[in-house]
Amino acid sequence: MAPFPILLNSIIGKFGAYLVYLLIGFAFGFVLEIAGFGNSKKLAAQFYFTEMTVLKVMFTAIIVGMVLIYGASALGLLDVNLIWINPTYLWPGIVGGLIMGVGFIVGGFCPGTSIVAAATAKIDGIFFLLGAFFGIFLFGETVELFDVFWNSAYMGRFTLDQWLGIPTGWVVLGVVFMALFMFWGSEQLERIFGGRELNREPKMRFIGAGALVGLALVVLAIGQPTVAERWESIAAEKEAELETRSAQLQPGEVLHIMHDHKLKLVILDVRPEAEYNLFHLADAIHIPLDKINTIVSDLQLEPPNTVFLLTSNDEAGATEAWKVLTAQSVPNAYILEGGINEWLRLFACDDTRIKATGGEVPDDTLAFTFEAALGAAYHCAEPDPNQYELEYEERLELELKRGPTGGGCG
Amino acid sequence: MSVTTSTGKEKGLKSFFMNRERKDYVNPYLAGALLGLVMFTSFFFTGNGLGASGGLNRIIVFLEDIIVPEHVDRTPYLINLAGGDLAPLDSWIVFVTVGVLLGGFVSGWRNGRFKFEVGKGPRVSKRTRLLFAFIGGAFMGYGARFARGCTSGQALSGGATLSVGSWALMFAIFGGAYGLAYFVRRLWT
Repeated sequence: MAPFPILLNSIIGKFGAYLVYLLIGFAFGFVLEIAGFGNSKKLAAQFYFTEMTVLKVMFTAIIVGMVLIYGASALGLLDVNLIWINPTYLWPGIVGGLIMGVGFIVGGFCPGTSIVAAATAKIDGIFFLLGAFFGIFLFGETVELFDVFWNSAYMGRFTLDQWLGIPTGWVVLGVVFMALFMFWGSEQLERIFGGRELNREPKMRFIGAGALVGLALVVLAIGQPTVAERWESIAAEKEAELETRSAQLQPGEVLHIMHDHKLKLVILDVRPEAEYNLFHLADAIHIPLDKINTIVSDLQLEPPNTVFLLTSNDEAGATEAWKVLTAQSVPNAYILEGGINEWLRLFACDDTRIKATGGEVPDDTLAFTFEAALGAAYHCAEPDPNQYELEYEERLELELKRGPTGGGCG
Repeated sequence: MSVTTSTGKEKGLKSFFMNRERKDYVNPYLAGALLGLVMFTSFFFTGNGLGASGGLNRIIVFLEDIIVPEHVDRTPYLINLAGGDLAPLDSWIVFVTVGVLLGGFVSGWRNGRFKFEVGKGPRVSKRTRLLFAFIGGAFMGYGARFARGCTSGQALSGGATLSVGSWALMFAIFGGAYGLAYFVRRLWT
């Protein structure tokens, strides 16, 4: 599995990690300053077409960062599933963006650049920063008034390649070409509105553009690792976990976890919908096996104390689903040992509405019949933990796969 | 005597920080490539991108939590950041933000751009410019929290990781600014 990103906290401690973040911030501030982003006139000139520095710096940074991130992912160095990708709240984002646009042209900065301006004693930067503090304060005090809208249009972790339904490499290449086209347009605008002589611009920029297109083509040619490839790279180690049964939780432990308030248990039922309707564990989410990969990005956004429990009639379907989640770096995924059948054998004996079919049943089929499709309304969907004293091996071991995240939203 | 020494010292400090030769900014494509490298480094090692407004947010909430802790514990949005025994400054983004301040300062100082001045268009007074800087900042701060991240946390970091929401937001920022630019041209041209 891809070795990066690394869990800084567990290697160099929390304050070591904070030192790394301080250095990253230092480099960020330094680069913003040398780009001229501490200067409001330079920033505002963007919107009068005299100097397109903002667009050039931003889009160069985006395409360089993008090509490197997806390049490192293609080479198997970086696990993109473990990096923070801003979840999409479409309309709140657009409204917030428009408000920021107003702030940008009226005030001449954005938050990051105003910090740099204030740090270099630009008095307008200091006033802007004070204003930003005020605006942030105001938001915290007023968000309750429109929190339904603020939480609307949520699409989770949703990337352009998923939206367009094309391989990531094509999007990477497309974004590079779009940026280069915008750079060309910007230079034409600078020539017309800013009177800039383009033949005095450094020729190096053509080499840089060529290099970026080249790298994007390489990213496209290699392609992003598929689920099957990701599983291949960890199969040896993970098959052993299945063998030693450290990936299967016994019903007794599951019952315990269900009532442990420090843990968040997410039960995923991968059986056909008809069987799910007959009976499932309390709060189980129905997700067919062939769709499990589509919810991986939602699972990645769950808090670190979440335990994912996969259930099928016995263990076969759940194990297949477990392989997908494990390959996709979803932490703390487990299989219900013995599946739903074993669960019912343990907990349903006093319920006359549930009857064992008796005899041998084929693999991964339900070994019980039900009077009605009551789903989780049977009391054995959530047995009373005080009624049962079950012995079990403690196999749950919470694993942290990524450090504290939250993007710039912090 | 002591007064003269102290002014002499201040002058020494002032010239140390402020009287360096002012150097030109670097080429925007080069600066952008460096910025992209910094962003990639951040994602590669930590899994997090860059950000700025999140840190400012936490600083404000930290102050609120000192002044009116009961209010913080009653407001849902603030509880997540500073409710109960949560320490709002105990977050990676705060350290990035402090780093930005330090990095900006060191670059400005080394390149002779650390200087008390007001950046403004030729047709507007300093006082008006500062008033509008504050108003603009308030809009920016409000919008950045509304959008769950600013130009750094959303447009740059979300843009490079291909987040749909971040791209929509980025176009909204440019749209909002271009839409209003004509009406506030006196501020800048």
